[in-house]
Amino acid sequence: MQITMTVNGVSHTRDVEARLLLIHFLRDELRLTGSHWGCDTSNCGACVVWLDETPVKSCTVLAAMADGRRVRTVEDLARGGRLDPVQQGFAECHGLQCGFCTPGMMMTARWLLDHHPDPSVAEIREALSGQLCRCTGYENIVRSVRWASEHEAAQPAGGDGGTGRQAGER
Amino acid sequence: MSGVIGQAVSRIDGPAKVTGSAHYSGEIALPGLAYAEIVGARVASGRITSIDTAQAEDAEGVAGILTHLNMPKVNNVPLLPSLIGGPAPGETFFPMQDDVVHYAGQPVAIVVADGLEQAQHAATLVQISYAETPSITTIDQGRADAYEPEKIFGGLMPAQTRRGNVEDGFAAADLLIDAPFRFAANHHNPIEALTTTAVWDGDQLTLYDSCQGIKAVQLTVAALLGLSPSKIRVLTRYVGGAFGAKAMVWPHVTLTALAAQYVRRPVRLALPRGQMFTSCGHREEQEQHIELGATSDGKLTAIRHHKISITSPFDDWAEPAFGVASQLYACPGFEGVHRLVRGNTMTPTFTRGPGEAVGVFTLECAMDELASELGIDPIELRLRNITDVDPNTGHPWSSYGLRECFERGARRFGWAGRNPQPRSERHGNWLIGTGMATAGYPIAFFMHTQRARAHLYADGTAIVQTATQEFGTGTSTVMTQVAADGLGIGLRDVRFEFGDTDLPNAGSPVGSNGAMMVSAAVHNAATAVRDQLITLAVSDSQSPLHGADPAGVVVAGGRMTLAGDANTGETYSSLMQRHIMSDAEAIGSWDPPPLDTPHGLLTFGAQFARVAVDADLGIIRVRHMVGAFAPGRVLNPKTARSQLMGGMLWGMSQALLEGTHMDTRHGRWANASLGDYLVPVNADAPDVDVELIEVEDHVTGPLGVKGVGEIGQVGAAAAIANAVYHATGYRVRELPIAVEHLLAHLPSGPASAAAGAQPDLT
Amino acid sequence: MRQNVLRPGLLVDINDLPLNRVEDLPEGGLRIGALARMSDVAQAAGVVQRFPVISQALLLGASAQLRNMASMGGNLCQRVRCSYFRDATSPCNKRDPGSGCAALDGFNRGHAILGTSDKCIATHPSDVAVALVAMDAVVHTRGPADDRAIPIEEFFLLPGDTPEREHPLEHGELIVAIEVPATPTARLSIYLKFRDRESYEFALVSVAAAVRIQDGAIADVRLALGGVGTKPWRARRAEASLVGKLAGEASFAEAAGQELAAAKPRPLNAFKVELAQRAIIRALMTLTNGDTR
Repeated sequence: MQITMTVNGVSHTRDVEARLLLIHFLRDELRLTGSHWGCDTSNCGACVVWLDETPVKSCTVLAAMADGRRVRTVEDLARGGRLDPVQQGFAECHGLQCGFCTPGMMMTARWLLDHHPDPSVAEIREALSGQLCRCTGYENIVRSVRWASEHEAAQPAGGDGGTGRQAGER
Repeated sequence: MSGVIGQAVSRIDGPAKVTGSAHYSGEIALPGLAYAEIVGARVASGRITSIDTAQAEDAEGVAGILTHLNMPKVNNVPLLPSLIGGPAPGETFFPMQDDVVHYAGQPVAIVVADGLEQAQHAATLVQISYAETPSITTIDQGRADAYEPEKIFGGLMPAQTRRGNVEDGFAAADLLIDAPFRFAANHHNPIEALTTTAVWDGDQLTLYDSCQGIKAVQLTVAALLGLSPSKIRVLTRYVGGAFGAKAMVWPHVTLTALAAQYVRRPVRLALPRGQMFTSCGHREEQEQHIELGATSDGKLTAIRHHKISITSPFDDWAEPAFGVASQLYACPGFEGVHRLVRGNTMTPTFTRGPGEAVGVFTLECAMDELASELGIDPIELRLRNITDVDPNTGHPWSSYGLRECFERGARRFGWAGRNPQPRSERHGNWLIGTGMATAGYPIAFFMHTQRARAHLYADGTAIVQTATQEFGTGTSTVMTQVAADGLGIGLRDVRFEFGDTDLPNAGSPVGSNGAMMVSAAVHNAATAVRDQLITLAVSDSQSPLHGADPAGVVVAGGRMTLAGDANTGETYSSLMQRHIMSDAEAIGSWDPPPLDTPHGLLTFGAQFARVAVDADLGIIRVRHMVGAFAPGRVLNPKTARSQLMGGMLWGMSQALLEGTHMDTRHGRWANASLGDYLVPVNADAPDVDVELIEVEDHVTGPLGVKGVGEIGQVGAAAAIANAVYHATGYRVRELPIAVEHLLAHLPSGPASAAAGAQPDLT
Repeated sequence: MRQNVLRPGLLVDINDLPLNRVEDLPEGGLRIGALARMSDVAQAAGVVQRFPVISQALLLGASAQLRNMASMGGNLCQRVRCSYFRDATSPCNKRDPGSGCAALDGFNRGHAILGTSDKCIATHPSDVAVALVAMDAVVHTRGPADDRAIPIEEFFLLPGDTPEREHPLEHGELIVAIEVPATPTARLSIYLKFRDRESYEFALVSVAAAVRIQDGAIADVRLALGGVGTKPWRARRAEASLVGKLAGEASFAEAAGQELAAAKPRPLNAFKVELAQRAIIRALMTLTNGDTR
């Protein structure tokens, strides 16, 4: 079947099998391999992307269900050559080791900060609890999100580094 | 020394990983790529009576199917741990060589198709009939036939450890502790499943493999297929976690290579999560029984520590329970015995803290019981028993620091003034308890010669290479630091190149040895180039350093100067340009000390935990963990802390969540998914503090590095279990500790008793 | 589907149907569209203010990323988490009627103790359904022939001899909305969920509770249990025991004991009998002490 979706602001039309999952569409069809595939049972969260404005596990979405919708992946977090504060936070605070869960974590973290600019540690932990990290012990992930929150507060969004924009805007 | 070693440098791979541009083994774009799916045996024991692939072959997109009927024969390769540096198959059995089924999930067919979904679908269409025979998959089922193997752990360790006379020790004891423990099996579950992409070009094979050692993959596949290693190149930069699952080379890697050969196309296999439970080993189900004898003032007189566990039909694998557990305390009598049950599971394997995580748990819970019985503070009890020499050999430790770990950990945690009385603290519905344990991890010098190449250009920038890979530990960052330090140039002027078997040899970072062995080779390569250029300078009449003692020359920022006289010197660049040299290069190598080096070899630490137990419901939450560790020299506190924090959460997970349960009727794991096999989520993670105690070590390589990969886990589960006892007054001798173990031992008493309801248990 | 448990020949995407509204009904009830996302329902003002138990149950279910995708109707229709049902290999009367139940004597720590049969002991996994059962919700459906309003307790079928049949929907019949009647008692309501992990796990036991006290005595009480039943379990015996009694630990314990007297545990999940009783007591104590969180 033919589907069209806007991924990171670019429209893509493809013929796909009905059973194709969005995560595999992104990785194998569009070669956007930043979103990862980890578990088959929607437990691990390595595949989290935004569908329209909300983070979802892209293994719970058939590619066909995203027809006509907007998808935002980790490849769209950095804008204008500048890392998103969430990306900076994860890099700076060592919020990653192997990095496999990191893109999914950051997509949820970005959404969280867009809606709750100053989240508590408990809020961060709960927001990210649908996503498994096996390496870090989570502590540095929480610090990374706090780092991004604090730096965004110090430098309000605007210009090319603006945050909180939605997939598809350019 | 430039001072760049020891700096909290942010990860070099951070930008690639936060932008999604770090490529893992399942993300290599290749023309004509096909996808493979393994069909695993449904039964745990028996024979395949028929296998019909006709329907699957007709399915859309199918490129080929291999079964035992058309699979090429491979060589037998003995099991030897990958840290040694040779071929390292995870089990001596290789599937699809005949019709025998040894364990459920054993590969019995491999289906290759144009697309992933097509391969997955076609795999369901392969029709297989089995003649099933009775299986043994738990210790209980095979206990009567348990045996004492000669060697365990891939032939690396003796199955018994003895020193002194335990009977004399027990006779001299005033007090005995006798504690049996049971441990569920564990599966590593790195978030990146094991993934292999295989590409043939004539007789040359390229593999992209999510592994802990590309050289081990190269040598193992070469040995199995009877190929020269020169025909096999493994390219792996980033690996999505490993934890021991990727330390050995499992059959699917070679199967993927054979499948690619069969369909004459590049083939990718990414194990589905369910198959991760039957494809890359596990920590075996085990029981440990410990007896301690001690005098009334808390001096240990004897330890008897026995383990029984289940292994595969083909290999004597047990993780060694009492390496570290026999070394921590100066107890005159020690007896450790491993016994094995043969079962229908695959060969177990390294799982983070292999042996130590469980063996030290047993010892440290027993030590807590002893402390309670004697009324001695748990730290004080340990201080009365620790030793400055390895009690098994009498050799002094290469470096120690355990006392400082107790002291600084206790201070950070707030241990002083602890009320030893169980159930002495309650906040609302929560019973609060604290516990501690000693941690230790071996330094294993089994590896072969480690090599690295340093290549300095005349502009003062360098490429430093070795055949290691980055599975999250921070190797690529730390080795960049070590190279910059050795060369005396800036961090930004070094590119550390890795992930290619064509580069100089590096062993598999297994057993927390990665930082030590790779840094030794990188350091030696970098300083060899530095020394070449210093030698050239002091013999060059045009150099300001002419005639100087080479040992008196230091390098920083790419400039060689006299130590103590920064004005006298010149840059590498000016020297090399004058000599019309475009570059300088050296291979650095490092050999470990001999295995009988006269030193005790352990890394030490101390673990502390505060837990809350719901006084009515038995729910357990860990509130705070403190770990103090003495890992030799800390190359990068940022990466080291992160390793240790991750390890400590593994300890928490081991204590409270992780367990794979065998359904003996079918011989299959009953909870083989990330929905049913619980690992901690973010909300479970306690506040974690890590104290790093640097100790000087002159045995463990030129930089004195010991290792942080696993010690974070060792002792953490024991500290938690001891804290659960302190909170509730009840000792659970089974892992993971769960609600059902505690429910009958909580202050509230049974609700059913209050109401008079007694449901029948039928 | 991805685990080969279900193999549909045809899949219809209904996500674009206009069924995603959460409406406040004039007399104080709610009408929740079948395709409303769990995350949206959890935050709807009418739900948060008038039915805290529903909002809490939603927020304690699954994870944020799943709640953003999961619909309310889908939640009610979700399949069980029994690993034998999901492995597509073991005997399972639900997946393959007549093949047997591997869970009965298997690894059944998470399985049900109430409403079980010798054909199936799989636990109903939903959280929000437990709250909806406590609130006497009604499931509105539309079929080829007509519209139906099914009281939610009748929507979930006990396994009995036909565990493959989980709800009374006919072929071609679709849930369109879930209606929650006005329930003043619900203003003092709570959902407590107990599990091994702090978050993102199905319940070992959960309790949806609401209570109205008049002159120190229990005038109205709603109690439903999750994690222990083959369907979201309305604790009617406990409710009957409680009405008219003085609120307090003794009456709560007695009611909990009466409810769980009917439990049929297996060795690995026997602890749930005790755990469920203590959870009921905890929920009612929490509510009547005025501490709803």
